[in-house]
Amino acid sequence: MITLTVDGIADLGAARMQMALSLGWHIVVACLGVGMPAITLLAEWRGHRTGDVHYRLLARRWARALGVLFAVGAVSGTILSFEMGLLWPGLMGTYGEIIGLPFSLEGIAFFIEAIFLGIYLYAWDRLPPTAHLLSGIPIVLAGVASAFFVVCANAWMQQPVGFTAENGRIATVDPWAAMFNPAAPTLTVHMILAAFMVAGFTMASVYAVAMLRGRRDRYHRLGLLLPLTVAAIVTPVQIGVGDWAAHAVANNQPVKLAAMEGVFETARGVPLHLGGIEIDGELRYALEIPNALSLLAHWDPHAEIRGLNEVPPADRPPVNVVHWAFQIMVGLGFALLVLAVWLALSWKRRRDLPSSPWFLRATACSGVAAVAALEAGWIVTEVGRQPWIVYGVQRTSEAVNPAPGLVYGFVLVTAVYVALTVATVYVLRRLARDVPVPIAPQERDVTDYKVV
Amino acid sequence: MPLPEIMLAVLWVGLTAYVLFAGADFGGGIWDLLAGGAVTGRRQRALVEHSIGPVWEANHVWLIFVIVLMWTGIPPVFAAVASTLYIPLTLAALGIIGRGAAFAFRKVSTELWQQRLFGATFAFSSVVTPFFLGTVAGAIASGRVPPGIAKGDLVGSWVNPTSLAAGALAVGTAAYLAAVYLTRDAERAGAADLVDAFRRRALGCGAVVGVLSAVGLLVLRADAPALFAEITSGRALPLLLLSVVAGLASLVLLWRRAYLAVRVTAALAVTGLLWGWGVGQYPSLLPGVSLADAAATDTVLAASLGSLAVGALLLLPSLWWLYATFQRDRVAARPDRRPD
Repeated sequence: MITLTVDGIADLGAARMQMALSLGWHIVVACLGVGMPAITLLAEWRGHRTGDVHYRLLARRWARALGVLFAVGAVSGTILSFEMGLLWPGLMGTYGEIIGLPFSLEGIAFFIEAIFLGIYLYAWDRLPPTAHLLSGIPIVLAGVASAFFVVCANAWMQQPVGFTAENGRIATVDPWAAMFNPAAPTLTVHMILAAFMVAGFTMASVYAVAMLRGRRDRYHRLGLLLPLTVAAIVTPVQIGVGDWAAHAVANNQPVKLAAMEGVFETARGVPLHLGGIEIDGELRYALEIPNALSLLAHWDPHAEIRGLNEVPPADRPPVNVVHWAFQIMVGLGFALLVLAVWLALSWKRRRDLPSSPWFLRATACSGVAAVAALEAGWIVTEVGRQPWIVYGVQRTSEAVNPAPGLVYGFVLVTAVYVALTVATVYVLRRLARDVPVPIAPQERDVTDYKVV
Repeated sequence: MPLPEIMLAVLWVGLTAYVLFAGADFGGGIWDLLAGGAVTGRRQRALVEHSIGPVWEANHVWLIFVIVLMWTGIPPVFAAVASTLYIPLTLAALGIIGRGAAFAFRKVSTELWQQRLFGATFAFSSVVTPFFLGTVAGAIASGRVPPGIAKGDLVGSWVNPTSLAAGALAVGTAAYLAAVYLTRDAERAGAADLVDAFRRRALGCGAVVGVLSAVGLLVLRADAPALFAEITSGRALPLLLLSVVAGLASLVLLWRRAYLAVRVTAALAVTGLLWGWGVGQYPSLLPGVSLADAAATDTVLAASLGSLAVGALLLLPSLWWLYATFQRDRVAARPDRRPD
């Protein structure tokens, strides 16, 4: 009996780790899949309008990388739809129909994305330039729509509404109410903006590294400037949306907010905690900013914040993980904001990139920072929802597949993902290097750079 | 027709499209595996890569469509199938990763050792993925997935005569469809020797799949007599006959080198088999679980089906454009893209 329980706990842990690994992997590629097409189209459009070969070559090279990223995104997304059933049959068997509508819509959007990506990449030199540009627009729209629908389904797990249950079976469902649940607006907008930040900063960081290595020609400057501009425009908006999202969490998921902030006792005028570690039901060593949490969460310095002690320990998420993930996300978000403001000020004054090598160094790190912020934010959302898989309705431990041996599945999946990661990074690095960028691109046309 | 029946029919249409289109993409990988050494097989591999490159991702979406419709339309069945059959489904999912990622990696690789490594991964995954998906179909068809979560035998549910026969049939069908489609693709590319090579393979593979289907029926008679009875003498008999007639016609058409017409008959033969199974098993989904027991609430079905209907208005013209763009004769196309 004891072994059984231990095995069960190990399997639950393995299932959660497997889901975290495959979702945490996919979310990065998916963000690039949402953000990169728009930035690539921008470059193609500029190249078409101005005839600038640098833009045209950038568009081709980004499209080639996009082809690889989209393929790994498609397959790493598929395994997630498998895992919904393989790992969480208790969730899908009962509540699958409630989140079926957004997933059906996501299926349509993904279909359109895949169709037009095939056309966009493979018909690059077969369609007239304007038609080719237009064929890219559905990829952008469908990519954003996919992200919206998938996150709507996830938002329902945070705010489960739109159904009634009788004796553990679903009696009635209002699928539209479930899809447009109260958490959907903030989560979806936050996620879509994050996708553009991840894509913009990651793409810019590649060219920042090249410029640090001395390649400061127009091609590399544009390769840095265009994606970084997109990301820099999105970043301040994202911070505003993040504030909006935090308000929604404060109102709808107070336990999650308490975990994010490490608040244990319900009180008024609660300070904001920077840093700190939870030990024995208490946050220690944190820097406190008086009344700031009440102010930020409810626009009132004396507002009441409900603490973790309101719910039994079994209903609390792991505080250290959620608290630190939240701090990391916010900290990185503001660091990226500083980078964006730096670019904006320099551009306003001199119509040029900041000349300091520290700007290039910061930009080179911004891709990693954006991905780290993305992962941290996702940990806040998902780990902060624990121990519930459907907030307040179903526990994660009730949803997991009770079949033995999930641990071995996790080991196998991990091995495959390690290989996939190594291969993806290797191939992308090769792509960046194997065809040298022409020193004087105006001397020849770019059409001999093959997209596929 | 009531909503659950419509939903099941739409699901089966998606499954059929997945088998006919994505199945052939897996088949392309199987022929890639059998194409021989790096030098001798280069042109065949180029033809395969060229044919499936622009379309495999769109074709692959049909699988996601089927999975999503399962959990939306018949959630308890999805949970029972996914939990009991988690081993073959995990292996199929890993195969899907290996196939798609390695295919994309090989396309952009320039060195021989990379092309070999990624090509081998792509080709090997193209064999195992349809096999494991076939064993899943066999497990459901032979009633080895009981209702409830992980209530079935974790190994025996998919390691049994029907599952193994279905797995082999899935691999054979994928290879057969690919050979049929590639014959026409080779013809359009003007590669006469490849036309002959794939015609021979399509004929041989067609015969093998015919034998496999017959063996499969015999296995079904011993292993799942109720389904066998429906297929051979009940409602599903016309579909079985359609499959047999279309299969024989395909062999004749291949022999007479009618490569466009044989695409239709080969697809019909496979469609007859799939719908024969579906109609034969309807309305039972799992042992003791009928469609009426498992179906989602009508509001969910109406919303999802309505969305899909609206989505189809966007999808079908887009799909048509995709296939039309890459199936047009390539006279005006760039010569370097031809497999030569």
